Amino acid sequence: MSKAILYDATLCIDCKLCEQACAERNHLPYNDTVAAEQVQSAHKYTVVLAKGDKFMRRLCMNCDDPTCASVCPVGAMRKTKEGPVIYEEARCMGCRYCMVACPFGVPKYQWNKVLPAVCKCDMCADRVLAGKMTACAEVCPTGATKFGERDELIAEAKQRLHDNPGNYVNHIYGLDEVGGTSVLLLSSLPFETFGYRTDLVREPLPLFTFRVLSRIPDLVGLGGVLLGGVWWITNRRSKVAAAEGKTNADEKEK
Amino acid sequence: MKQRLMRFTLWKVVFFAIMAAGLYATVLRFTRGLGASTNLSDRFPWGIWIGFDVLCGVMLAAGGFTLMAAVHIFHIERFKPIIRPTVLTAFLGYLLVCVALMYDLGRYYRIWHPLVMRNPHSVMFEVAWCVMLYTTVLALEFAPIVFERLRLEKPLRILRAVSIPLVILGVILSTLHQSSLGSLYLIMPNKLYPLWYSPLLPVFFFISAIGIGLAMTIFESYMSSKYFHRQLELPLLSELGRILAVVLSVYAVLRFEDLYHRGALKLVLQPRYETYLFLLEVVVGLLLPIAMLFRRRIRESTGGLYLAAVLTVLGFITNRLNVSITGMEGAAGLHYIPKWTEMAVTAMIIAGGFALFGLATKYLPIFPEKGEPAEAAAVVVRRRAVEQQPVAGD
Ligand code: SF4
Ligand code: SF4
Repeated sequence: MSKAILYDATLCIDCKLCEQACAERNHLPYNDTVAAEQVQSAHKYTVVLAKGDKFMRRLCMNCDDPTCASVCPVGAMRKTKEGPVIYEEARCMGCRYCMVACPFGVPKYQWNKVLPAVCKCDMCADRVLAGKMTACAEVCPTGATKFGERDELIAEAKQRLHDNPGNYVNHIYGLDEVGGTSVLLLSSLPFETFGYRTDLVREPLPLFTFRVLSRIPDLVGLGGVLLGGVWWITNRRSKVAAAEGKTNADEKEK
Repeated sequence: MKQRLMRFTLWKVVFFAIMAAGLYATVLRFTRGLGASTNLSDRFPWGIWIGFDVLCGVMLAAGGFTLMAAVHIFHIERFKPIIRPTVLTAFLGYLLVCVALMYDLGRYYRIWHPLVMRNPHSVMFEVAWCVMLYTTVLALEFAPIVFERLRLEKPLRILRAVSIPLVILGVILSTLHQSSLGSLYLIMPNKLYPLWYSPLLPVFFFISAIGIGLAMTIFESYMSSKYFHRQLELPLLSELGRILAVVLSVYAVLRFEDLYHRGALKLVLQPRYETYLFLLEVVVGLLLPIAMLFRRRIRESTGGLYLAAVLTVLGFITNRLNVSITGMEGAAGLHYIPKWTEMAVTAMIIAGGFALFGLATKYLPIFPEKGEPAEAAAVVVRRRAVEQQPVAGD
């Protein structure tokens, strides 16, 4: 049973309690300077963006079929069946392919450290696996960030869109973006306003590489036979050449 | 004589200056971290160490597998005299790619992790394995030259016995990772600019690797004639130029068909930064060399052929940089300019490569006909080439 977060921007009051709770849970410093930063970074995994009196959270979408997990050569990123996409620092070699590939630009790097790690929201994996809700959902005073079963949250989001169509852009962001995500967003402003791309493909991105990678074993077999065959066919000429090469070597000896 | 000596010392000064700058940058990189020593950022995590050192480095070493396949599998024996310098270049190229990776990886000491931690869905995982295995293959292909020098007969015989399977393995591994470097970007259809993003990226990278292999062979032969007074006969190189023209044409047609079918061709009319770099890549680095190589007069002149080869190489370098940097800047919303440290490290790696090449040619039988005892062999090689001229020519 996959868990999810539903964030309804129309209920958000920009109290930034979620930012603070997130920092605490991840043992990161939090103060006014950090609070004022409007970008996600290695020391700020979630951020409440403000455009006038409208707000929008950004956090790792914890994709159903995560691009980051698919590209990581050492399997440091992994999707749990409960929903969170987790990161195992001890595996990571810092190639940063996950950062380049993530369609939402989520993973951040500790650029200032000599031995850096990738940083991203992991949907409070330890808490969720222990049956609790995420830290951000727990502190949210208005219910703008809500934690629950993904199916139920989708039904609820649809209900809200149905009941108050004038309040919302008619779209549940994350329902089918790159194959669906564990974070679902509702907003009254177009999602692009806050840097959420709406032109993303609807199928999981890992498919794009899998289509090619899955052909490799066949190609190796075919290529081996083909090359070996060509060599065998032209081999006679090689024997002639080898004889000639021997003469060369003999001449060298002299 | 005196002039030559001065030129020699000048180059030495340049070389040591590059090395000094590179070493200083190295210290910065490993004591202060990537943030202090590069212009990389969360929005732009891959810079020239990946875009140039790794992508172009691997590409430029493609001569190794192209020539190995031509000589040992297709038995086009007349290219044999240049096989050693080419294998040496490829081997050095891959070693240097690994060195560059050590700079780029945040946790370089875990570079071996893909050996034991597997994610077969990752293109990077596949590239890591292929590069590792292929570097080993290249080392084994290069080893006979060293053994020959040291007169170690037994290992030499063992290596000779497995040489054909080794060559086949090498060609397959190269095919895989040359194309996979293109596949790296397949997963970013929404990020890479449509002039470069294509489901055919792996195919493009592979075909261009073959083209580069040929162009680099021409280029290297010219260079070695200049500095080591040894080169292939022109008809032979012209023949390579002829093959190169065909390979480039196939590549160009595929590129344009692909752009057309994806509806991206109209982007060429937009006055954008990306457009200019695309035109530079395609017009100067692709169409121009094709036009040159199809003209017999140019193809059969040393200067013309050399120029066409250099344009091809520069064109594909531009292509790799466009894919890895230009094409990614739009989505990142910034312009990336490498920091001096990034360039210093790159320059040091390149200079190191040249130095190693020079050393190897000095102490190893890379150009077998150099020096006194090999004089006779040289005559044979030349005579054979002359005999084959009717075939090589029209
Ligand atoms: S949003 Fe990015 S980092 Fe988060 S799970 Fe999806 S691909 Fe991974
Ligand atoms: S940076 Fe680390 S987590 Fe990201 S893809 Fe590379 S190894 Fe995996």
